[in-house]
Amino acid sequence: MSAPNATDATRSLSALTVTVLERELRLALRRWDQIMQPLMFFVIVTLLFPLATTADLNELRRMGSGVVWVAAMLASLLSLESLFRPDVEDGTLEQWVLCGQPLAWILLVKSVAHWLLAGLPLVVVSPLMAAGFAIPNDVLPLMMATLAIGTGILAIVGAIGAALTVSVRRGNVLVALLVLPLQVPVLIFGAHIVNLSIDGLSINAPLYLLSAMLLAGMCLGPFAMAAAVRISVES
Amino acid sequence: MAELQAAPLLEARSLHVWRGEKHLLRGVSFTLSAGELLHVTGPNGVGKSTLLRAVCGLIPLEEGEISWIGKILNHRDDAFDAQLAYLAHTNALKADLTAEENLRFEMSLRRKLDGGEISQALSLVNITHCAQLPMRVLSAGQRRRLALARVLLCKATLWILDEPTTNLDTAGVSLVEGLMDAHLKSGGAIITAAHHGLLAGHTAVRRLELQA
Repeated sequence: MSAPNATDATRSLSALTVTVLERELRLALRRWDQIMQPLMFFVIVTLLFPLATTADLNELRRMGSGVVWVAAMLASLLSLESLFRPDVEDGTLEQWVLCGQPLAWILLVKSVAHWLLAGLPLVVVSPLMAAGFAIPNDVLPLMMATLAIGTGILAIVGAIGAALTVSVRRGNVLVALLVLPLQVPVLIFGAHIVNLSIDGLSINAPLYLLSAMLLAGMCLGPFAMAAAVRISVES
Repeated sequence: MAELQAAPLLEARSLHVWRGEKHLLRGVSFTLSAGELLHVTGPNGVGKSTLLRAVCGLIPLEEGEISWIGKILNHRDDAFDAQLAYLAHTNALKADLTAEENLRFEMSLRRKLDGGEISQALSLVNITHCAQLPMRVLSAGQRRRLALARVLLCKATLWILDEPTTNLDTAGVSLVEGLMDAHLKSGGAIITAAHHGLLAGHTAVRRLELQA
């Protein structure tokens, strides 16, 4: 068993992807309460808003996408706490730093898994929430698409913040302070796309900008995450 | 292994490490050849774990250098990492995964596993019966054994073991000694920080005593 000279020490990226995805999803399914928490937050906030404000459908329609976006943003912040902290506390992340494989790729896959568990459910239930704001049905596909892109950016930016603050005790307040200013552009463009579309205006510019932000985040974010994780593991 | 025994596998020259305000390691030097065990001793808080983590590259060195088979290591070196198995205080295991899943996911990150390898490793540390149990129901000693199984599966040349016998019963301690002995005989090297005199009387044991 203990023969030295490990063979085939480098794993293909696809093998790494399958391993990390399977691990994350399996862990999450066994702790499904952690997935439900941000989702319930999102549902409750967006349901309460129409009740607390107005019954005027036109007014609701104007603020609907804004409320959905703010709730999605806060829900994604809520889920960041569980992204890296358990892995740092039990020493898993240390082993990942030492496993001799590209850490940035592992962390990118981990954030994709995180989005599947924390971002995608919000996208799926968002049409129901939109109904509460009398948002017309024909803009729902667009709203879901922009929310999908937007929650993806939020997941990546959030993961960088979470990786930086994971060694700080009660770092979740710090994460919010670090990450929220960076996420504001996403909120501005994302929330306005739906309103532009309701008004029959062109949505190309904000949609392209959001997509560009997602691509840039996916390309550069993992390296920032890897650097942040290495710093966090040092302490 | 003959050519490896001539040159030291690992050589550390005057390592200095600061932890915050504390100058923990003050010029630690050692060499380690294939088939040798370096036993780091010293009182609590003197920097044993820090030394092990610094050798792993998890803590940056303030001064000094570490070389692996004659090549000076930079902060991160994938080729060195592939030859390294590190057992920390923490077991790096997930409570919600079974013993078998824990090993499979961690090892699949490192290399392709053959079919029976995991059950073979589990039987080497005597916890075959726990393979399908979630880690949360295992005892502290069983978890440590599982973490040792991960070290075995790494098939690394250099083992860095931080208190490997924590929570182990006497049978477990002698089991660890047997595994370490086999690893040394097959040309591997070990650095361990332990309060027990592991492998006492073994010919290839060097001692490194850290002083406050």
